[in-house]
Amino acid sequence: MARRRQHLGRVLRTPLGISSAILLAVVLLLAVFAPVLWTSKANAIDVVSLLQGPSARHWLGTNQLGQDIFYRVLVASRLSVGLALAATAIGVGCGLVLGTAPLVLGRAAGRLITSVINVAVAFPALLLALFFAIIFGVGAQGALLAIGFASAPAFARLVRTLSASVAGLDYIAAARIAGVSRLRLLTRHVLPNIRETLIVNATMAAGDALLSFAGLSFLGLGVQAPSYDWGQLLNDGLQGIYTRPAGALAPGVAVVVAGLAFNLFGEALAVGLGVSAQNIQVGTLGKLRSALAAAATRSRAAEPPPSPSETAGAGRVLVVSNLRVSFPGNVHPVRGVSFSLDRGEAVGVVGESGSGKSLTALAVSRLLEDAAVVTADRLEFLGRDLLRTAGPGRGGAGPGTAGVMSGRELRRFLGTSAGLIFQDPMTSFNPVKRVGAQLAEVAAEHHGLSRRQAAGRAVDRLRAVRIPRPEHRARQFPHELSGGMRQRAMIGMSVMGEPALVIADEPTTALDVTVQRQVLRLLKSIQAAGDMALLFISHDITVVGQVCDRVLVMYAGKIVENLPAGGLADARHPYTRALLASVPSMETSRELPLAVIPGRPADPASLPAGCAFAPRCAFADARCREADPALVADGAGHAVACWHVDRVLADDPPPAAALTADPESAGAAPVSGERA
Amino acid sequence: MSELRFEQVTVRYGSGRHAHVAADAVDLVVPPGHVVGLVGESGSGKSTLARAAVGLVAPAAGQILLDGRPVPRRGRRPLQMVFQDPYASLDPRMTAGESVAEAVPGRGRVSGSGRRAEAARLTDLVGLPPGTVDKFPAELSGGQRQRVALARALAGRPDVIIADEITSALDVSTQGAVLNLVRELQRELRLSMLFISHNLAVVRYVADYVAVMYQGRIVEHGPAERVLLDPGQAYTRQLLAAVPRAGTRIDAAADGGDDEETGQPPGGSVT
Repeated sequence: MARRRQHLGRVLRTPLGISSAILLAVVLLLAVFAPVLWTSKANAIDVVSLLQGPSARHWLGTNQLGQDIFYRVLVASRLSVGLALAATAIGVGCGLVLGTAPLVLGRAAGRLITSVINVAVAFPALLLALFFAIIFGVGAQGALLAIGFASAPAFARLVRTLSASVAGLDYIAAARIAGVSRLRLLTRHVLPNIRETLIVNATMAAGDALLSFAGLSFLGLGVQAPSYDWGQLLNDGLQGIYTRPAGALAPGVAVVVAGLAFNLFGEALAVGLGVSAQNIQVGTLGKLRSALAAAATRSRAAEPPPSPSETAGAGRVLVVSNLRVSFPGNVHPVRGVSFSLDRGEAVGVVGESGSGKSLTALAVSRLLEDAAVVTADRLEFLGRDLLRTAGPGRGGAGPGTAGVMSGRELRRFLGTSAGLIFQDPMTSFNPVKRVGAQLAEVAAEHHGLSRRQAAGRAVDRLRAVRIPRPEHRARQFPHELSGGMRQRAMIGMSVMGEPALVIADEPTTALDVTVQRQVLRLLKSIQAAGDMALLFISHDITVVGQVCDRVLVMYAGKIVENLPAGGLADARHPYTRALLASVPSMETSRELPLAVIPGRPADPASLPAGCAFAPRCAFADARCREADPALVADGAGHAVACWHVDRVLADDPPPAAALTADPESAGAAPVSGERA
Repeated sequence: MSELRFEQVTVRYGSGRHAHVAADAVDLVVPPGHVVGLVGESGSGKSTLARAAVGLVAPAAGQILLDGRPVPRRGRRPLQMVFQDPYASLDPRMTAGESVAEAVPGRGRVSGSGRRAEAARLTDLVGLPPGTVDKFPAELSGGQRQRVALARALAGRPDVIIADEITSALDVSTQGAVLNLVRELQRELRLSMLFISHNLAVVRYVADYVAVMYQGRIVEHGPAERVLLDPGQAYTRQLLAAVPRAGTRIDAAADGGDDEETGQPPGGSVT
């Protein structure tokens, strides 16, 4: 409920929202109170002033019975708005019954009803309304039923579509397995999850119904004298429009204002609720997808191979120094990350969700949404600055900024020199293009292969990522491939060219072990063959240890340990050790409970003072809670950010005891808990 | 304690030319009070078996029996399932308590307060703090959601639980805690369990028996120790060889290819 209030608050904060809400409130208040206050005035017959123009006594003049048009317009609001709302209620009601019937009745009856809805939707609503008006007879009641039933098919279709999409979700399946009845499924699970869209559409439909009523009454098919609504008044007034325009214009204006009130409020609701559905992650993914598409399509002209600048060390591919990413609202998911990658080197980034590892990769590939603020002392790829782009508006690159590219050049440069593999292959492919064509496109654009050669290479890459019958698969669309297949095709796409760097963000998380191993081998083969650098992001420290030369362990947006992959057994940071201990292996004892890390990952929006891991750490003391330890390297390329390396190595206190905590602790401990 | 038995179960998706046999005459027994781990690659038909057992898909042939009788589809549901993705398996508009209470059987006979009390007991049983019942899924972490999903499954007082990749969407640290909980509950409540996972290390930790599925068929099954230590089938050996092991390296194959593993199943047909 609190969430709904929040939504409404957001709707009301926009200028459109607040003004349409006020307008709607005025219309509704008029509909409620005008007849109570002014009916006698509106119906009073003034025989001395028939058919008069506006005057001090009758602001908008009088009709042929000498009744005051101004008051009649006000009083007519109840009937007009009331009928519109009643018709909408009929439409929504019928729509709900028809639209949800397939869900309740089961497959065969459902299919029949869906077909009926589809046929009914095909008829124009106005035609239906006229048809019903004739069946139900001329009059307010007939018009009400006519307009109500005429709007039903559209609602039925809407409800059907919305409920079908919700009905496919796991929580519906779970409720069904729990024995929840179909009717209850509908009322408890389906309807609450589609109601916002329904409310928005119903509000707008009420505005439409209002206009339809005015139309029918105007044509003489709706409200009949002596009752009157705006349409009827309009009809009355029209006869004298040349002599007394106010009589026709006033009800017309009323119809427009009330119609606008409903439609604009519906519009504002839609905008408000639409915004609420988004969050940072969705935004990131959307941006990412479009950026990826942009990278694939825009970089048509092949870039000359970039010359490494003198400042970069020989063979240095990527230099990242003090990289920070922040989001509005004082959220700092990446807080000063530094590392570098040499040609042919594989570096892994490990951490739990929320550790900032994926954002680091996105920041490096410049694919973060605009809301993210990315800063760094250095962010260089093949010797060229990725952070500072020479925008077209700026005064051009001065001396000493030879590596500076324009935004467009940057995208081309990244598109040709870096390959990207993402976690979710579904969003990375264009759903309406064949898989092979999408792969071939990359090769054709970046490497000037002919169509035939490119298609051949696409099939070759699909085969290389162990997709059975690659010639056949290349002709299929992404949705025809299984999730694992799609991810393999995605990996194939990233290595279509010969990139200097491949950034792989959880590339094998969705794959089973055999395919994972094959894919990792493939990555390693291509890496070796092309002398390519690999930035490998994963939550699985075992896999990272198998694939990479060096491992960066991230926690709460910082690198807490940087060590050679071969030295994982000698990890020094308590977090790294806990991560290693918590992964069950083929040798884990089946008798003991698995080791877990107590508490929850740090929240980037509210980080504790000092070491962010301290609340979950068995070694933490007062110093850890006050000061954040810096990453200190020893001579052998092993760097740790911990105050207590000596105690950790001496196992004091033994981490095994501390980490084999009760199962409650995994999720239950507060982030800032005193568990240490 | 109940026995879940799949007898010659065949599940087909689509029809005619596009028909796809997801499970092909599968025979599988989950003995009373034991955990059977079902392993195999994605698309091998593991989840299809689970969905057939709980009635989400209808088998084209064969039967699924609980203690020798067809799985009841009315009243108390003795067969419950926990899904892979805790972000999709809880209704975002219901509190954790409501989700669990809803699954308590005996609608009409058990009062609202009785349901709430049961929901509170179950959330406590799965190790969640008391306030959790009033929270919406969005306010819970992945591990906490999966605990709520477990509590919901337990609300049906099941004899058999099907766990379909329940830890693969979780972080490793959370995975350990959820696995500990699953094992504890299974032993305490003497549940029979079909534990589906593509992670052999996880299956090895939880399961008493292991069944290996490939392209809709069970290619090997037996006691966990035997299957994992002394596999009889080439495909099982291949699966075992692929498990990531700490301290080992994956390197580029010498010839630049990765084709020395053919991916051919023992006796299986690659179409």
